Amino acid sequence: MKWLQGTGTSGGIAEGPVYVVRKKQYDIRCLPFTDPEEEGKRFEAARQLAMERLSGLYETAVSRAGEESAQVFEIHRMMLEDEEYLDCVREGLGQWNAEWAVDRAGKQFAEMFRQMEDDYMRARAADVEDITRQLLSFLVGREGEDTDVSELSSDGPVILAAEDLTPSETVRLDKSRILAFLTAKGSANSHTAILARSMGIPAVAALGPELLAVESGTPAVIDGGTGIVYLSPDEETQALFHGKIEKNRLYKERLEQLKGLPSVTRDGRKVAIFANIGGEDEAKLAMEQDAEGIGLFRTEFIYLDSSDYPDEETQFRIYKRVVECMQGRQVIFRTLDIGADKQADYFQLSAEENPAMGIRAIRICLTRPELFRTQLRALYRASAFGPVGIMFPMIASEWELEEAVGYCETVQKELKEEGIPFSGDVELGVMIETPAAVMISQSLAKHVSFFSIGTNDLTQYTLAMDRQNPEFGRFFDPHHPAVLEMIRMTAENAHREGIWCGICGELAGDTALTELLLEYGMDELSVSPSKVLELREKVRKI
Amino acid sequence: MRKFVYMITDEQGIHARPAGQLVKLVQTFESGVTLEKGAKKVSLKKLFALMGAGVKKGDEVAVSIEGGDEEQAAAAIERFFRENL
Repeated sequence: MKWLQGTGTSGGIAEGPVYVVRKKQYDIRCLPFTDPEEEGKRFEAARQLAMERLSGLYETAVSRAGEESAQVFEIHRMMLEDEEYLDCVREGLGQWNAEWAVDRAGKQFAEMFRQMEDDYMRARAADVEDITRQLLSFLVGREGEDTDVSELSSDGPVILAAEDLTPSETVRLDKSRILAFLTAKGSANSHTAILARSMGIPAVAALGPELLAVESGTPAVIDGGTGIVYLSPDEETQALFHGKIEKNRLYKERLEQLKGLPSVTRDGRKVAIFANIGGEDEAKLAMEQDAEGIGLFRTEFIYLDSSDYPDEETQFRIYKRVVECMQGRQVIFRTLDIGADKQADYFQLSAEENPAMGIRAIRICLTRPELFRTQLRALYRASAFGPVGIMFPMIASEWELEEAVGYCETVQKELKEEGIPFSGDVELGVMIETPAAVMISQSLAKHVSFFSIGTNDLTQYTLAMDRQNPEFGRFFDPHHPAVLEMIRMTAENAHREGIWCGICGELAGDTALTELLLEYGMDELSVSPSKVLELREKVRKI
Repeated sequence: MRKFVYMITDEQGIHARPAGQLVKLVQTFESGVTLEKGAKKVSLKKLFALMGAGVKKGDEVAVSIEGGDEEQAAAAIERFFRENL
């Protein structure tokens, strides 16, 4: 048994025969005294073919790996249209044959990237090399085939090994025939690694030239997490990996089968399992994991990532994209929850001794109504594209809620007058996270359509213990009866007033409590996307 | 001429994907658009030039827009920076 250590770039374990592909060698010769006009035409023809091919690859990549990963081909196409690049090639065309001119320009631009400080930018040299090879393949009349991946044995799926794989090669490969990617070069930043991750194929990069010496057909087991590759593994290693593979597969399969199934207990109690997300990309993940909606969309990142107050348009676009991504499933947005502990500079909040209990969340919104109004307008506008809920954090008094609801009414009136579309069915809710809100929950329930209990803050405020402090040890009991009683009481008061009640804190995903939470009558549990199916499995066993 | 200064907050800086999107956006305007980072000055209509500038998180860049449609161009470009970078 032999082993190679590389960098794991896409997690997962695979087992199978290695298949080594070698790049075709182009024999590029410098031919001076060629006809510049003729060479220019040849280059232009190859460039057109390469651009067409890139458009095709883009489409393929969109369906295999998603829009975001596919953009690399859009960038390659733009490189082929870049004036400076074209100038550089044309300069060469005046003196030599097209192949030499293309090769020379490619080397020059790849070198520019290689000399940059940043690892990510250095990895972009591979992109220039990719387009150079594509142009060359058309120039020598091989119709865009570069590394010959079509020769892949038809005996079954393989672990593909190569010096490096360009994005165009990676995406063209038939996924059902590839168990894993191994490359001698490359890094976690390479587009190949990014594509492998979005296609869910394990990958290890930077395995060194030894990889290319491996004979095709050698059995191997690889771990895309740790970056280790065992060649001709002994029985013990094999057994170890088999165990891992099997466990992984069974667990994934079990959860996979739960997609599309209702989250319902054996005696027929239904609970909606939603996802908590903190950014746009996570909405996709929530859909993939079959979350029944978004129970908590943290809008803070829009403010934290910005250098000035984000305007209505900016916010509207983000909200709209999330709503559209969820395809008719409800998205509950929590209005801005920012405080002295997490703030953007332009908010200019003064430092506080106890930021967890300071001027934050709804307290800021109600003292800076313009800020609140802008967000509410953006949220209502997004509601024209799918079901939206809005919830207010850190409510402690009934008047705060009344004022917040009042702003919502004003915003709706304004939008109506301006003729801007929005939905009349936006659900308003309170994020229950202060003990005060629990105690007055029956009155609060009269103003809104739902409650969502933020158990993280509720726990720290109820127990008067800072949840960030690791030294509490046995004093800190996340299942403290006082907290559980708060939750029970909130649900009871919600139902008494005919509104629904859910949980969006960490306790929602605590499967030791699921049964109890359902007994309390919870209508919704919102957890991180990766926990949705696990929780559904738990619910279906109750 | 319009000009704005922006501090890059994206973890990866102006990497390939936003660079491509930005150049595509800028090419839809007739105005000339340049980006300055320290002593480096590049055209925002040129992909390689922009990528070659190696703009990273925390870098402060100045963007100048000059031409017939500079008003709309400046608004759109500034929004792009705020939303994506």
